[in-house]
Amino acid sequence: MSETSFVRSEMLAQKLPPVTERGIIKWLRENLFSGWFNSVLTILAILALYSLIRGFLPWLQNSVWNAGSLRECRDIVIAQSGEGATGACWAMVRVRWNQFIFGLYPVPEYWRPTTAMALLLVSLAPVLYYGLRRPTTKMVGAVTIGLLVALIGLGTDALHIAASVAVMLALVAVAWLAPKKLVWLTLVFPLISFFLLWGGSIWGPVGTLIGFAIWAGVFTAAQRSFGVVVGAAIGLLVASLWWGFVQSVVTGALQSAMPFELLYVRSDDFGGFLLAFVIGIAAIAASLPIGILLALGRQSDMLLIRTLCVGFIEFFRGVPLITVLFSANFLLLYFLPRGTNFDLILRVIIVVIIFASAYIAEVVRGGLAALPRGQYEAADALGLDYWQAQRLIIMPQALKISIPGIVSSFIGLFKDTTLVALVGLMDPLQGVTKIVRSDTAWKGIYWEPYIFVGAIFFVVCFSMSRYSMYLEGKLKTDHR
Amino acid sequence: MTLAVDAPKGSFRISQLIYDTRYRSYTIQFIVLLLFFALLIWLANNTIENLADRDKDINFRFLFNRAGYDIGQQLIPYTNDDTHLRALFVGLLNTLVVAFFACIFATLLGVTVGILRLSKNWLVARMMTVYVEVFRNVPLLLWIILAFVILGETRPGPKEFKVTDEMIAAGTEPAGTMWFWNSVAVTNRGTDLPAPLLDRPLGVFEVATVPINLSVLVTIAVIIGSILFNRALLARAKAVQETTGDRPTTWWKSLLILFGPVIALLLALGFHLEYPELKGFNFQGGIAIAHSFTALVLALTIYSATYIAESVRAGILAIGRGQSEAAFALGLRPNRTMNLVILPQALRVIIPPMISQYLNITKNTTLGMAISYLDLKGTLGGITLNQTGRELECMLLMMMIYLTLSLMISAVMNVYNRSVKLKER
Repeated sequence: MSETSFVRSEMLAQKLPPVTERGIIKWLRENLFSGWFNSVLTILAILALYSLIRGFLPWLQNSVWNAGSLRECRDIVIAQSGEGATGACWAMVRVRWNQFIFGLYPVPEYWRPTTAMALLLVSLAPVLYYGLRRPTTKMVGAVTIGLLVALIGLGTDALHIAASVAVMLALVAVAWLAPKKLVWLTLVFPLISFFLLWGGSIWGPVGTLIGFAIWAGVFTAAQRSFGVVVGAAIGLLVASLWWGFVQSVVTGALQSAMPFELLYVRSDDFGGFLLAFVIGIAAIAASLPIGILLALGRQSDMLLIRTLCVGFIEFFRGVPLITVLFSANFLLLYFLPRGTNFDLILRVIIVVIIFASAYIAEVVRGGLAALPRGQYEAADALGLDYWQAQRLIIMPQALKISIPGIVSSFIGLFKDTTLVALVGLMDPLQGVTKIVRSDTAWKGIYWEPYIFVGAIFFVVCFSMSRYSMYLEGKLKTDHR
Repeated sequence: MTLAVDAPKGSFRISQLIYDTRYRSYTIQFIVLLLFFALLIWLANNTIENLADRDKDINFRFLFNRAGYDIGQQLIPYTNDDTHLRALFVGLLNTLVVAFFACIFATLLGVTVGILRLSKNWLVARMMTVYVEVFRNVPLLLWIILAFVILGETRPGPKEFKVTDEMIAAGTEPAGTMWFWNSVAVTNRGTDLPAPLLDRPLGVFEVATVPINLSVLVTIAVIIGSILFNRALLARAKAVQETTGDRPTTWWKSLLILFGPVIALLLALGFHLEYPELKGFNFQGGIAIAHSFTALVLALTIYSATYIAESVRAGILAIGRGQSEAAFALGLRPNRTMNLVILPQALRVIIPPMISQYLNITKNTTLGMAISYLDLKGTLGGITLNQTGRELECMLLMMMIYLTLSLMISAVMNVYNRSVKLKER
């Protein structure tokens, strides 16, 4: 029984998958129309998107960048696109740009906040890339170029451009030769920026700086024999003596011997994003260390310290920021010695720091609680004392865990700087926008200023959150 | 080199207070205590001196003086002849009602967005991501002010809603039209909604000068009663299912129990709606809601919903893949997997941040002062403070009230956390 069988000697050419299973149709079917529910969702989404675009696109397309008033803007739009057309009037942002950024800061002094901003970025470099020569130098160099462009754009006089750029070039040199040394700039930056922003005599900030140097010196000397806490307390005591009694005498003498000062700018003149950044950055920088200390206090074995910290944290987390700001406005002067009257911005910064540090403390406490008990025990077993264990073992891990929380607190804090308008400061959102909207030339404008201010806040906050995600990924050392 | 040795046996030396870690903590605590009391005394002393300078004292009697200002939105009757204390309560109720509505709407929106962000639908997921990122990275105050300004400046005035004879003749529409079958009018002055009215109300009685509407009370009681009865029904159905394996049909019974009594009661009371109508220059009848309220609720909702959406998403993602895979392996369908396996575990992660978000909403209602919404901050911390000049008392009282609110919410959260804590044995 023979049967001829036929075996194919060559393979058939592969067929393409069916048309619904390949290319864009497959993608559409899988991602947009995978079932009746998803199809309905997709169609609804497309409709929503379409109506949004149809409402906003012509408005954006008809944008006017050059006009003196809202009326002029509308005339231009109608001349361009016919009766009934609407268009965005970004000319307002152009005209009021300086006010949005600097508030009422004196115009010839614009170079000061700008330089302070550049120095801020430079002092961030060692925080972001500690000890890495190439990225540090790149960053400082880029900031130098940016500063030069900004200063020329603002129409600064040649002397100040030359001085600022010389300082920046020196910093570029430091970044290249000894990138780690830039940390010192970070440490003294608060005083430099205070001097640049508010002006006045240079000897005041120098005197304050000397006080901190005394504190650090005494602390290093005393810490070895008395421990960290007692050493810090003794240092603070000595430094307070300097600040309270000696400093004013010395700085007064120095000022009369070598007068050097910048034009004093009153706090009322601060405004716009300058104000938001000053408050936001000061509060961010100061609330992190205070928050860490509070978190440690809350986890401490000492009953009294724990109770105080819990009370502090829970109180400030329990009340709205506005009430705290109003207390700074109305009540702080009651609590301070008779006749004390200090700056409203400073008062606001202090209470915002206190408020934010309570939130940071809770976030850090979460990180501390998430560490396995074994880490603490291992640190003890190695014979490390409390502060060594915190510095070398606990904090690096706990802070790594709490990065997302810390950054989202920072973002919240930066957004909350808009609330200072409610105690009479001129923030970009309420203060400046209100001034613009009450100007007769721009009366009736509402989308543009809010979109502009919102866009800047969005850019800052969004980049902060992206950076935290990047950092989280970079520091992730465990395997999943 | 250090050696582990027994603690020295000798007598206690004074220097051990600094050098011996066992005693040092007592020294530190003692010093901190001293410093703390010194600080308190210093603060109190300064306050007394400063108050004396300004010829003031601390007392709360001003709360019983005539307030003398009007409040637009009042949930309990209030005139400007009432006391500051009553104004305080009106403000507190305004705070709570904004917070209540914002919490409900934000939860609905947030949960929807959070789930949609995880959807397999590419377009919808992307749109939700954009929504979340845009709204949470811009200050809440901006949304509040923007909502208020846009409601006030883009909506037509009430008289533009009028349909004149010429318009009918010419066949044109008026500039403003009412929404939802002529029941809701959003003008540049406010929003007018239909008001629920009863033909045969049960009456009103007063408890401590606060009028309480008996009909509302009875309606709420009936609703709660039906819910409880429905739960009993479901429990019985479950018991029957556990013993016999067959679940009796309950859906129509549930519907009847849940809605029947309420509808019957409302019919008996003569429930009807009163629609707002344009009379003269403004809308009459119905409930008029100020734009400050609408804008505040709207802005709080869209802003806080992003946070709720993020916690919902995080909660669902926190449940390991293994859980859903195991459920599928057991043959559970996707929606039952969600209901029986994922959600019970995810809720444990979702609820705590959600409750603290409610707390944030409550605290954020204070931003209503930017658009002159008279909440607690606006009455007690605003007009009362300015009129009486008693900053210390007003601020302290206000902080205490907010603190009490947040401690209450935290207490609820702690109870919840304890009840859902994983019971490890």
